[in-house]
Amino acid sequence: MLTSTLLLILIGCSVAMYFVGRSRSIALVGGRSGISKLNSLPGHYGLWVAAWCLLPALAIVLAWNALGHRLIVSAVVSQASSVTAPMSPGQRSLLLSDIQNVEDGTVPLALASPSVKAAAFELRRLEQLSHSAVAVLALCVMLLAGGLTWHRLSPTVRARHAVEKVFRVGLAACSTLAIFITIGIVASVLFEALRFFHLVPVTDFLFGTQWSPQMAIRADQVGSSGAFGAVPLFLGTLVISVVAMGVSIPIGLFAAIYLAEYANRRVRAIAKPLLELLAGIPTVVYGFFAALTVGPLLVNFGRVIGVAVAPESGLAAGLVMGVMIIPFVSSLADDMITAVPKALRDGSLALGATRSETIRKVVLRAALPGIAGGVLLAVSRAIGETMIVVMAAGLTGTMTANPFRSVTTVTVQIVQLLVGDSEFDSPKTLAAFALGLVLFAATLALNFIALVIVRKYREQYQ
Amino acid sequence: MTTNSIQVTAAPDHSLPGEPVETRTVGQISVQQPVLSARAVNIFYGAKQAIKDINLDIGLHSVTALIGPSGCGKSTFLRSMNRMNDTIPGARMTGRITLDGEDIYSGDQDVVQLRARVGMVFQQPNPFPKSIYENVAYGPRIHGLAVTRADLDVIVQSSLQKAGLWSEVKDRLSHPGTGLSGGQQQRLCIARAMAVDPEVILMDEPCSALDPVATARIEDLIDELRDKYTIVIVTHNMQQAARVSQRTAYFHMGELIEVGATNQIFTNPGHRLTEDYITGRFG
Ligand SMILES: Nc1ncnc2c1ncn2[C@@H]1O[C@H](COP(=O)(O)OP(=O)(O)O)[C@@H](O)[C@H]1O
Ligand SMILES: [Mg+2]
Repeated sequence: MLTSTLLLILIGCSVAMYFVGRSRSIALVGGRSGISKLNSLPGHYGLWVAAWCLLPALAIVLAWNALGHRLIVSAVVSQASSVTAPMSPGQRSLLLSDIQNVEDGTVPLALASPSVKAAAFELRRLEQLSHSAVAVLALCVMLLAGGLTWHRLSPTVRARHAVEKVFRVGLAACSTLAIFITIGIVASVLFEALRFFHLVPVTDFLFGTQWSPQMAIRADQVGSSGAFGAVPLFLGTLVISVVAMGVSIPIGLFAAIYLAEYANRRVRAIAKPLLELLAGIPTVVYGFFAALTVGPLLVNFGRVIGVAVAPESGLAAGLVMGVMIIPFVSSLADDMITAVPKALRDGSLALGATRSETIRKVVLRAALPGIAGGVLLAVSRAIGETMIVVMAAGLTGTMTANPFRSVTTVTVQIVQLLVGDSEFDSPKTLAAFALGLVLFAATLALNFIALVIVRKYREQYQ
Repeated sequence: MTTNSIQVTAAPDHSLPGEPVETRTVGQISVQQPVLSARAVNIFYGAKQAIKDINLDIGLHSVTALIGPSGCGKSTFLRSMNRMNDTIPGARMTGRITLDGEDIYSGDQDVVQLRARVGMVFQQPNPFPKSIYENVAYGPRIHGLAVTRADLDVIVQSSLQKAGLWSEVKDRLSHPGTGLSGGQQQRLCIARAMAVDPEVILMDEPCSALDPVATARIEDLIDELRDKYTIVIVTHNMQQAARVSQRTAYFHMGELIEVGATNQIFTNPGHRLTEDYITGRFG
């Protein structure tokens, strides 16, 4: 029986048991009028019975799915390999993939060696057997646990607390899972980055000013030996982020002030969604807008005023990225401004302050920490943005702070390093993890600061 | 004494302060030296009328209490005297309110100037998220009342002294005003209002968020301030009205039912509704 079918049956049965448990609890106290004699509500009894029905059986299925397959495979492989001489782990895994290829039909049966063929048949037989065994076991456990619970159901059972516990455990499991996934991702980036730092010293990476990650792939190939100084990338990221914030902070903030303080309800109802539409445009669209429209425009403009602007420039990418971020800044700032209590505004107006004095000296002042937090979140978003930069700012790591020249950023280089053919353990590939680690640390720090600021702001008004 | 007495004479609309007015209000609506005077004031929120044809004078250097059950329009009437109702979308008023004889709703009245002359203290203490010093200095800075920092220091100190807060905060003027206790915050707000040297101070239930000790301090303060300022206070606490005010006006469902000397209102009310209210039959 397929696992999915089995799961459907289990879930179906426990849903049915929910209703059974519910109506039995009502029946036990002699109908709806007796519900107050129950320790818990009928729904709790239903959930209680359903949980006992589902969870133990589910645990068996999941445990078997996680472990059973591996047990069978290792049993089969050790049987097959016992025929030949002792094997290294590499040979073992080779043998295993041979067996599995035959078993699932990737490799025709005719081409396989007899011992592999036998092992493949054995594997298939055992898997089928185990599937049926699990199905039978799970269904039995379900019937047993469900039946027992149904039998134990009485008006004094504190089903409410039992259900509460199940929910608590379930919620805790979800958050634990999320945390472990995060830890796993960070750990994998960290370990690969450490491998990179074995090949290239940390100081060269963090303080080196030359970035040219091309490596000779073959020994006889003419090519650079690779330079992994990441400062040009940090600088490029900084230039583009500064330009982007230079666009998005003033425009976003002033738009928010207008919408929150001056616009009447009709204007607000139209303008706010329109502004937020900017956030919904795919970044790749922004990217070609930057590359095909803004870039050439800046080149022409530069020619008129006598400044050399490269067709791919940090300025073009930064400007367009800034436009993309406007809605982030404006909607966060808008929230923060509207959260400022009316009492503060009234206090200022009652002292004879005008509207704009009130906004500048009281409202913005009160909302400032929140707005700063929002801006930091927007910055970390700008640092992480890739597509616009790929298309509009260039791919070469130039050591420059000049926004008119072509620059590149950390994220773009990560993409660059990982596309195309390369060995997985060459410094070129591993450098991507080191860059990823830096990026992660930077955005983590920004988010952390932003959260601290926002929290402090919240406390002030609670 | 439970009937509505009607004081007959001139038309309600364009009478001058001090002139007799036709009104259903029991008691004397006019006073010898009116600072503010309201004539035929109606206030609407959208289609809903919150204030109905009110005539009332506010006397110089005295405390006038506005009392009445909640929702009867006390705050609305109070806010109309420094045009704070202008900040509420949909609020509309007809009639006339004069300050020292000038119509405060006329086209050439500058709201900024008006609010500097008629200050306000709110129900909830609302210090700005700034230092104690900056809270008090806010008004003087806006109105350019101090040329030098020393001038400003003088204004801040004297305002805090008048509000009875100076000795408590003089060592921590740079600390945030929001860090003070509720009663101190409210006195800070009073100091802030006095820093622009207003003629009138409007107070909307200034003690309703405070404990009895802090309330007593504010009441003493109001009594002291009466020498120099004209004060209008909204309160739903009748003992408070009796303690701090010289004149009391009783509002009921948007109408001014009765006005008179405080001790007379509380000992010998002229209208049935007033009597019911002060004897606690409703409210
Ligand atoms: N901003 C407003 N919008 C609409 N109606 C209001 C507003 N403020 C007050 N009102 C209404 O006006 C009436 C008088 O309110 P208010 O002056 O606050 O009464 P009080 O201060 O005596 O309790 C009430 O019925 C109230 O519901
Ligand atoms: Mg009120």
